[in-house]
Amino acid sequence: MTKQPAIELKNITKVFGKVVANKNVNLTAYRGEILSILGENGSGKTTLMNMISGIYFPDEGQIFIDQNEAVITSPKDAFTYKIGMIHQHFKLVDVFSAAENIVLGIEDGKYNLKASQDEIKKISEQYGFELDPEKKIYTMSVSEKQTVEIIKVLYRGADILILDEPTAVLTPQETEKLFSILRRMRDDGKCIIIITHKLHEVLSLSDRVSVLRKGEYVGTVNTSETSESELTEMMVGKKIDLNIERNKPHDTADRLIVNNITCVDRMGATVLDNVSFTAKSGEILGIAGIAGSGQRELLESIAGLQHLSEGEIFYLNPKTDKKENLRDKTPMQIRNLGVRLSFVPEDRLGMGLVGNMDIVDNMMLRSYSKGHSVFLKRKKPKDLAMKIIHDLEVVTPSASTPVRRLSGGNVQKVLVGREIAASPTVLMVAYPVRGLDINSSYMIYNLLNEQKEKGVAVIFVGEDLDVLLELCDRIMVIGSGKVTGIVDGRTATKEEIGLLMTKSEKDGEENAND
Amino acid sequence: MIIQFICRAILLGVPLLYGSTGEIVTEKSGHLNLGIPGIMYVGAISGVVGSFLYENSCGNDIANMNPALAVLIPLLCAIVGATLMGLIYSFLTVTLHANQNVTGLALTTLGIGLGNFLGASLINITKSELPSIALTKTSSFFSAKLPFADDLGWFGELFLSHDFLTYLAIIIAIIASFVLNRTRVGLNLRSVGENPATADAAGINVTKYRYVATCIGSAIAGLGGLQYVMAYASGVWSNNAFGDRGWMAIALVIFALWKPSVAIMGSFLFGALCNANNYIQGLGTETQELFKMLPYVVTIVVLIITSMRKKREHQPPASLGLSYFREER
Repeated sequence: MTKQPAIELKNITKVFGKVVANKNVNLTAYRGEILSILGENGSGKTTLMNMISGIYFPDEGQIFIDQNEAVITSPKDAFTYKIGMIHQHFKLVDVFSAAENIVLGIEDGKYNLKASQDEIKKISEQYGFELDPEKKIYTMSVSEKQTVEIIKVLYRGADILILDEPTAVLTPQETEKLFSILRRMRDDGKCIIIITHKLHEVLSLSDRVSVLRKGEYVGTVNTSETSESELTEMMVGKKIDLNIERNKPHDTADRLIVNNITCVDRMGATVLDNVSFTAKSGEILGIAGIAGSGQRELLESIAGLQHLSEGEIFYLNPKTDKKENLRDKTPMQIRNLGVRLSFVPEDRLGMGLVGNMDIVDNMMLRSYSKGHSVFLKRKKPKDLAMKIIHDLEVVTPSASTPVRRLSGGNVQKVLVGREIAASPTVLMVAYPVRGLDINSSYMIYNLLNEQKEKGVAVIFVGEDLDVLLELCDRIMVIGSGKVTGIVDGRTATKEEIGLLMTKSEKDGEENAND
Repeated sequence: MIIQFICRAILLGVPLLYGSTGEIVTEKSGHLNLGIPGIMYVGAISGVVGSFLYENSCGNDIANMNPALAVLIPLLCAIVGATLMGLIYSFLTVTLHANQNVTGLALTTLGIGLGNFLGASLINITKSELPSIALTKTSSFFSAKLPFADDLGWFGELFLSHDFLTYLAIIIAIIASFVLNRTRVGLNLRSVGENPATADAAGINVTKYRYVATCIGSAIAGLGGLQYVMAYASGVWSNNAFGDRGWMAIALVIFALWKPSVAIMGSFLFGALCNANNYIQGLGTETQELFKMLPYVVTIVVLIITSMRKKREHQPPASLGLSYFREER
């Protein structure tokens, strides 16, 4: 049986102002197959898919669906062509139940939530989802929310599904479950397009891979006939070494001792529950966990930005060999001890940098107290800014460009660069490679390794377990604010960490009793 | 005495019920319309102008007046006047993306100024000695009771003796509650107030829903003003007599946790609290003023309790007070 092309793109071009997001892209996806669209950030994957789902309209080129030319000008048009897109950021109403979200905006037929719920249960059973249609969204985990999004498009009868980075927020176990559901849909004859930049997922899931680079179509290969290094080369345009150098830590000494800290947020929820660990100089301690499990609060506690209801944090000062309790210190005193926090929040600018200020002024945010006159001295911060721009290859028109105009990756380089420049003794980084292309990511990893060699205690909060396993000496896993385990970065497996990530509170206690 | 107290509480509560039902419908679309006091005021004065013109055109004989017209003209005028105010609000906030709080407060100032201007003009025309206009004839049509209410003792007085706008208020609140919770339109409207970007992506016309909800909400609120003049004040309009009922209606929205069905009982409670000072013997004028605060105190208590319980369903619509720009989604 020859496969039917479900969707074909011919010479698609899309320009935003002066930026060419997509240039002459040709793409074909068949029914009954999973096609991966692979590319780095900014390579135009999402733009391309947004044109199929009706959010943007192509400037040039044609889209064919089932071999007929289609004009898709709105998400509604996309529905009529049975195209469903699952966005990276969920579009759900928090106080509605799953069923209410799923039927939202459907206009035909009578409004009958009961009947819809039965229909939802039927779809769930058919593909193996687990979902309670009456459950409210705000009580759901990220993976459940994603399930709602997928059922939402299936409910509308979609048979071409586009998933934008669906695994970014899932644990390995949840990812595996999603993949088996996607395979079942493929066997059911649906056409599935998945956007990703994770190579191993591409290889394990898809039938074919189409690669984009800087908005241009590079080519399509069969997954069975390709390899990780070939795909990387297609994606980046040159061969790069994907191995992170990891030296054995030497001359380690305890630097930071965290003892049973507990932290309660404003809503009364316990965000950190009895967390204890030790960070050593000259090693990288990774922190893994589902997003929002308390990583942010943990780093902020150490930096003195969170109020602790219990516990202590000791800092062993290498200069004086004295043990100091960080709990009684102000954030400024902690910073002056050499404990540095480089936190890259989801909106990238929120903490750490001020978007409307230029790079030089952002450097001064950390050194404003050094001046002794009422007037600003810009010489030193300017030198520092130029050094960071040069060393980390920051792409910017000048040092006086507002930071908000830089691309995400360059913003991160400025932030990490500034914290490293202060020659810290403890360096905490959270998601430093979020949104960075492969090259820049490896540059950041190398920077962290350099710091480790210098004897800095590095605490690295990461998302990608593969990277954590390659980079870190030890990995601490936290789940719902508790430490669920600390494993050796050299011997642990992804599955092991994944299990620890999802370990519920109850399991934790049981294991502790064993 | 107790029956009389309850009836009085209901009479006082009905304008608040109209105001808060209207505001709930509006707020469910994500619009924090602080213009409600002005809109209710405009509703009242529009009704007064309408019935004034009709009474004058009929001469001095009540027999010349058609009861249906005498009721319908002020009713329609109140709805049109209030809806126009809602349209101004929607145009400024939805189309021009103006700040909702500022627009609402400006509309309150505008509405009260407009009402006082028209009220003073009518008083001028009648060359009345008192600073008020009496529309007693129209009012008598509005406050007509069911004929058999008096024969049924306390039951009749408690349940059947009210003016028809009171029953209408309860019916509207029940319908609003039904529409919001049990229909597709209600689901769509709530999604617009909670998360307009999601609603937009689902193919719901956010602009249309916000305009329509705000205008319908304003029309309902305007009826509250009309009920106040025609039933509570027996057709006597005097400037500024409406007082702070509009703000109390907004407080009632919070008290009722954005549920029209709760607002029904809440409005009667508010009416009772407003009136309690008249039924307690031996209060000085200054303590009476303290008693008038009670509705606000109760609202604050409800706010404290709900914020302690932290139930998401009891929170205001998530996008309340926020303009929606499609480009930012």
